[in-house]
Amino acid sequence: MNAVIDRRRFLKGTSALIVSFAIPLTRGRAAPTSSAKPVDLNTVESFLAIAADGEVTVYSGKVDLGTGVRTALAQIVADELDVAFPTVAVIQGDTDLTPDQGPTYGSLSIQNGGTQLRQAAATARRALLQEAGKRFNVDPESLRIADGIVIGPGEKRVPLQALIAPHGLHIKMDKTAPLKSPTDFKLVGHPVQRLDIPDKVTGRFTFMQDFKIPGMYHGRVVRPPAMGATIVSIDESSVADIPGIFKVVRQENFLGVVATNEWAAIKAARQLSVKWSEWLGLPDQRQLWEHVRHTKIVKDDVTSHTGDSAHALGDAAHRIAATYDFAIHTHGSIGPSCAVAHFEDDRLICWSASQATHNLRKQLAAMFSLQDEQVRCVYIDGAGCYGRNGHEDAAADAALLARAVNAPVRVQWMREDEHGWDPKGPPTLLDMRAGLDANGKISAWESELYIPDGMAGFVALVGADLAKLNSLGTLSPGGVLNDLAIPYAIDNVKTTAHRLESTPFKPAWIRSPGRMQNSFANEAFFDEIAAHLGIDPLEVRLQYVHDARGQEVLERVATLSGWRHRPKPDRHAVTSVGRGLAYVKYELVRTYVALVCEAEVNRKTGEITPKKFFVAHDCGQIINPDGLRNQIEGNIVQTVSRVMREELLFNRSRVTSVDWASYPILQFPQVPEVVMDLIDRPNEVPWGAGEPTAALVPAAISNAVFDATGVRLRSVPFTPDKVKAAIARLAD
Amino acid sequence: MPQYQLDVNGAAVIATVDDPAMPLLYFLRNDLGLHGPRFGCGLGQCGACTVHLDGAAIRSCVYPIGNVHGKVTTLEGLGTNENPHPVQRAFIEEQAVQCGYCINGMIMQAVAFLKRTPKPTEEEVRQELRPNLCRCGTHIRIIRAVMRASQAK
Repeated sequence: MNAVIDRRRFLKGTSALIVSFAIPLTRGRAAPTSSAKPVDLNTVESFLAIAADGEVTVYSGKVDLGTGVRTALAQIVADELDVAFPTVAVIQGDTDLTPDQGPTYGSLSIQNGGTQLRQAAATARRALLQEAGKRFNVDPESLRIADGIVIGPGEKRVPLQALIAPHGLHIKMDKTAPLKSPTDFKLVGHPVQRLDIPDKVTGRFTFMQDFKIPGMYHGRVVRPPAMGATIVSIDESSVADIPGIFKVVRQENFLGVVATNEWAAIKAARQLSVKWSEWLGLPDQRQLWEHVRHTKIVKDDVTSHTGDSAHALGDAAHRIAATYDFAIHTHGSIGPSCAVAHFEDDRLICWSASQATHNLRKQLAAMFSLQDEQVRCVYIDGAGCYGRNGHEDAAADAALLARAVNAPVRVQWMREDEHGWDPKGPPTLLDMRAGLDANGKISAWESELYIPDGMAGFVALVGADLAKLNSLGTLSPGGVLNDLAIPYAIDNVKTTAHRLESTPFKPAWIRSPGRMQNSFANEAFFDEIAAHLGIDPLEVRLQYVHDARGQEVLERVATLSGWRHRPKPDRHAVTSVGRGLAYVKYELVRTYVALVCEAEVNRKTGEITPKKFFVAHDCGQIINPDGLRNQIEGNIVQTVSRVMREELLFNRSRVTSVDWASYPILQFPQVPEVVMDLIDRPNEVPWGAGEPTAALVPAAISNAVFDATGVRLRSVPFTPDKVKAAIARLAD
Repeated sequence: MPQYQLDVNGAAVIATVDDPAMPLLYFLRNDLGLHGPRFGCGLGQCGACTVHLDGAAIRSCVYPIGNVHGKVTTLEGLGTNENPHPVQRAFIEEQAVQCGYCINGMIMQAVAFLKRTPKPTEEEVRQELRPNLCRCGTHIRIIRAVMRASQAK
């Protein structure tokens, strides 16, 4: 079923961003007054409000990054409260209004954010039914709710809003409040149409890049031509002839221009004459992997350790070893990062498409020596970010410029700012070893990962670094240790992460950080073992996956793809089609995915064409099956792009792949077909789906290429040159 | 300052700009407040800024306003939520959006294309949309939406 969208109601949710700006920004240095909306995680009113007209507002700390989660969260709340879907609006990621549910990353918006909202709705539901029971003088158990009206015996009816105390839903969150039975769901589990799509296809949607406030100036940043260069001199007269130029702003090595109109700002940023120092601090790209291998290790994290792998490897009848690497990637949002910032009295308000407005608030507060409460960050949907891209940095830039001109400033990054200066997915190197005993049993597995130290912390803001201000930044590549440990029951296992002191570019997470690189090595190497054993890759996996749900996705993908009856490729033909399998139990604790890729390889040109993917997917309870399909398709298509094409280019001074010509991504003619089998488990918890499938794409393609040609691809991206070289090596 | 008389979405508008080299995009977005055409690269490489000039898809981020002679149509000029253009309707029916930032370009390109080629093959749609970039990986649905629009009565 498709719920009808009430545009008026939906817009109310989005325009609240603007309306709420009318709230006085100045609250002094004291903590928010008692009249401020609660945002703590322990009370229902932090998450939900029901207005006098019955309209429900959801306050979500998790934000919609283009995934459709706004709609899914509205489904969850509407269903649990039994209110009509069009009466629900969602306000997202506003530090003054929404609880801090953690950043929107790690495939956790439904799993964590949605679960909290459901609990808030269930707590409210129970309290409101109890109140209705008192009024009707009946057992609350005898009452039901339909479209926001409590229905009692006889003619007894009362709308939910009439049951709310004057202070709102001031009820303690209760983890034991009973949840609705999945058999009673009307919205959850159904392909409800997304709330935002009609406005996005007619141009009525307001993206961050569209947002304006009165008196706003346009800013552009002028980044150093070499990443570590410093300003020697600036000739401001070089832009004096541009009508509309307002100010050149410099703070240490942070440089920007502010103008009354956008084109003037763009021209001034290009035209400004600046002398920068030289800087050659980046490694030679041709020796990147030697550089990674020789970077100082600050510590080792052993992520799994069973038995005695060293001993078992020593005793093994056969030993296999291989090294895998995965290139540096950029997020590549189609809309470059953008933010608007405004200082009013002693408060900073910043509109941003940040996936983590609560963290951004702390970072901006640190930058400008403010209390956290003096900074308000308000989320507005931007272009997809797929992790920590440049949105936060643009916010810092806007704030620096806004403070300098004492007026609101909008900063829109240009394409070269985005490609050149968003934090990067770090270069990743993995050494893999396995031992087989005389009976063909996998007796040992060892892996060593070379990855920057740190987790998903605060990524330093570029503007703050250039201006020599503290933005609480630490080395933060993301949760990169996940999925280094393997989902297979092998007796002797040791997986070790060597945590590196540094990496050439400031790192951050990009969709499935670490998990993608680790799963690439694990699943391709497992395929190497299967080939060595001469056993079908599916059967070996089934032998070592001791988990019913894992076995089920493997069996289902085998059926879906006709795996057991697949044709044997002719490895000597010019073009041949192969199939590759990969499997993950995400982070070893949640979503199960099995993926088969069918790829055509041209031995002459070295070109690989992934033609079709088959997915079996179990993320527990499915909230919106069409939203899930959309996400899984995106997981696959985007990762095909990353694996087949993408590699950051740089010289000793800077990133040189600063546009779509030098950093090409997948285009329509190369887009594969995707076929899927979704397993819905309405009685299980809902797990994430924004990342797990992506993690399998590199290995599934590599394994398909092996099937087609006998060649192993162990280095992302899989360029034609690498394929041809590998084929030539095989022939030798 | 030079003034340019333009026809945007059927309305006569006057653009007063100091620089005829300013790309059309900035006038549409900042002076007319249109949100359909989007800034993606400023290089004519991604298609997010696409509008129609006399029915042909052009990249407004690199098209100087001084060179605009003809009727400009933006996403807003195609249809509304209440009365969407068949291609807009097909994108809603196929739910062919993730973040939606590229979708303006996809729809504008497709509308111009379907006028020339009303019954394309899927391969023709793929080739036509080749210069339009999408980062979310919504391509499969976008192709389906354009095919659906071409098959609609």
